[in-house]
Amino acid sequence: MANGRFFDEMTKPDGLPRDVYQRVAHWLASAPPELLASRRSQAELMFRRIGITFAVYGDKDSTERLIPFDIVPRVLGRSEWTRLEAGLIQRVKVLNMFLADLYGKGEVIKAGIIPEDIVLNNEHFRPEMRGVKVPHDVYVHISGIDIVRVDDHDFYVLEDNARTPSGVSYMLENREVMMRLVPELFAQHRVAPVENYPDALLSSLRSVAPKQAGSDPVCVLLTPGIFNSAYYEHSFLADKLGVELVEGRDLLVKENVVYMRTTQGPQRVDVIYRRIDDDFLDPLAFRPDSALGVPGLMSAYLAGNVTLANAVGTGVADDKAVYTYMPEIIKFYLGEEPLLKNVPTWRCREPDSLKYVLDHLPELVVKEVNGSGGYGMLVGPHATREQIAEFATKLKNDPDGFIAQPTLNLSTCPASFESGIGARHVDLRPFVLSGADGVRVIPGGLTRVAMKEGSLVVNSSQGGGTKDTWVIEDFQGGLV
Amino acid sequence: MLSRTADNLYWLSRYMERADFLARIIDAAQRLATLPTAYGGTGSEWESTLNAAGALDGYREHVGAVNETSAIYYLAFDPQNSSSICNCLEYARTNARAVRTALTIEMWQSINGAWLEMKRFQAIFGKPGTIDRLELSRFLDFIRKASLDFDGSAERTMLRNDAHWFSRLGLYMERADTTARILDVKYNVLLPATEQVGGSLDYFQWTAILRAVSALTAYNWVYKETIKPWLVADLLILRPEMPRSLRSCYDDIARLLDNIGRAYGRPGPSQSKAHKTLRLLETINIEQIFETGLHEFLTEFIESNDALGAAIGGQYLIHVDEGTTETQAQSQA
Repeated sequence: MANGRFFDEMTKPDGLPRDVYQRVAHWLASAPPELLASRRSQAELMFRRIGITFAVYGDKDSTERLIPFDIVPRVLGRSEWTRLEAGLIQRVKVLNMFLADLYGKGEVIKAGIIPEDIVLNNEHFRPEMRGVKVPHDVYVHISGIDIVRVDDHDFYVLEDNARTPSGVSYMLENREVMMRLVPELFAQHRVAPVENYPDALLSSLRSVAPKQAGSDPVCVLLTPGIFNSAYYEHSFLADKLGVELVEGRDLLVKENVVYMRTTQGPQRVDVIYRRIDDDFLDPLAFRPDSALGVPGLMSAYLAGNVTLANAVGTGVADDKAVYTYMPEIIKFYLGEEPLLKNVPTWRCREPDSLKYVLDHLPELVVKEVNGSGGYGMLVGPHATREQIAEFATKLKNDPDGFIAQPTLNLSTCPASFESGIGARHVDLRPFVLSGADGVRVIPGGLTRVAMKEGSLVVNSSQGGGTKDTWVIEDFQGGLV
Repeated sequence: MLSRTADNLYWLSRYMERADFLARIIDAAQRLATLPTAYGGTGSEWESTLNAAGALDGYREHVGAVNETSAIYYLAFDPQNSSSICNCLEYARTNARAVRTALTIEMWQSINGAWLEMKRFQAIFGKPGTIDRLELSRFLDFIRKASLDFDGSAERTMLRNDAHWFSRLGLYMERADTTARILDVKYNVLLPATEQVGGSLDYFQWTAILRAVSALTAYNWVYKETIKPWLVADLLILRPEMPRSLRSCYDDIARLLDNIGRAYGRPGPSQSKAHKTLRLLETINIEQIFETGLHEFLTEFIESNDALGAAIGGQYLIHVDEGTTETQAQSQA
């Protein structure tokens, strides 16, 4: 199972399981194939019944699809988690400081840490936010930091998702399904719970309500509507949070105060957990053709009468070009070494880097600076000669629009298939919450799996799957 | 609760009820159309059925000359007919998805299950043309079961709060409208003057009406005599024990609106409108209705029912233009 080229999280190069995986390895080795097969089909049935689906844009026939689910849990030991958690908290703290600075005094630019044009020319930079004070200086209330591993020590940040990261409903539902699916495995581990995520989220949201909101602020979740690919998650979260799931047309702004239309008349809204991009928030402030937003929302926000989570303009911090400067940015604000590593990245805007990238396309991963969801990227080792030639032209035409990274040897975890157990590449998206009371991370996250053998693309829009992620107490040898 | 949530719940129930009604009138019309003219077959059965469904104008515009096959296709499957059975189910599910958290899991599963099953039938009846009668009767049965399943889920599993009241309100508003419409389309055969000595050519017309509102057995239990047209009208307009009568619908509508008004602490125009209609239905008798004219009575009723719908909309809901959500999603994608 272990493959010399990749770090396998379960199996050491000598073929023995690592400590934290002992019981899972034993379970996999001793469970008859029929049992695993019946659990796999049970899992599929449960997800279908729950109706947890997502939509793929541009895929007419399957507007609602299930994401493949793997029944083998991914396991992290407490000590590994503690290191990761500290790194995530450091990273998100800095993202908030960085945004407050960019929209405030701009010291990070004055100090020459990051070139001004990368910020100012960024399409996600919102000049409207300059000089605006957001409650408790929190910009990124909810973030999903994508993490990959290549060895048993270091965690690398692949991407900082600071806009409207999705996937947390899968973290929660995967755990629910697993508890019913493999109770015998849970009985052998002490797994840190994730089910308190909605409570933690709600208290973070309430903690950043405008001062005038009083002791019982009204929070809502703003969705683009049922045709959005993450609509299931929006309705799932609203239900768990116990807040109204609103669309733009349910809200109105009067004298810079936001109200929702209810059967008993307008009701004041204090905090909006919005799952709509900046561009669509308010047709008066941003895209005038947006029918999803709320006219006047931005001016209510700037007047301090409503809190938006995440804040407007956070996209400038999770941009792939800004990403490359994150290690220096962390040192600048905290005077600390970054606890999580950055993947070495060539900025194609720099002529030397561009030349290197063009010369080494077959071995690199090239991404659009503003792309997401695995769209518009080139995975060199898996691309055809034509695809590489095509991409080279795109690169030369718009070098500022791309970065390149070495093809990472993403770690693998065991996954269960009809053909048996196979190692598949994974990444991890832990969810980090920031509120007036600080930054916290829910122990676990969404593990995404490239279900195809050898594939490195884990995005659900590209056929990736998910699995439950367990943080367990460190385990020292021996079987029960 | 959000006005849009109430609106979705209300329309969800209306669409389910409408689908059920369409399935019944297609079934009834099929029986009539097979009768020889000597037994009251008029040859214009499909025209009056399209009319009862409020679809005649649209049909003339999109299809043209009326014949059975095209009429069935138009009423049941045609995507061009915004009130075809399939479109009703499609809208019902769209509304259900938008308010999933306000539905019980049983309600969602009944809608979603019906929608998936409908996709199978749509594959069979994909194009206008010949109609496989066996499959059609399966389809019509399936639609009636789907609406029973949905209503049963709503009755058995919903909390008795405003969500439940708006959902049931939609059902009874739609039912009152459809009952009144089918009576109005057939009013000429219900007039007392049409009764002939020794049985009537219209006998099968009357039973068809009763069948369309699933009241054939109910008639026998209530009146215990052969079918008389004025009693058919009495049953469907005034009898409180008949679940599809206008009177029974308004008993429920007034009760539901009272619940909402009490819970929100301020009754408004919908409550007073509903009670006005209910008082009329409680006090008038069938002779008086025939004196003023059955057709006039029904036309007035349909108009006042529409006005009540508008009042409920203005007081509690926002009316959603069915076209808008789609375009919004596209602009986001």
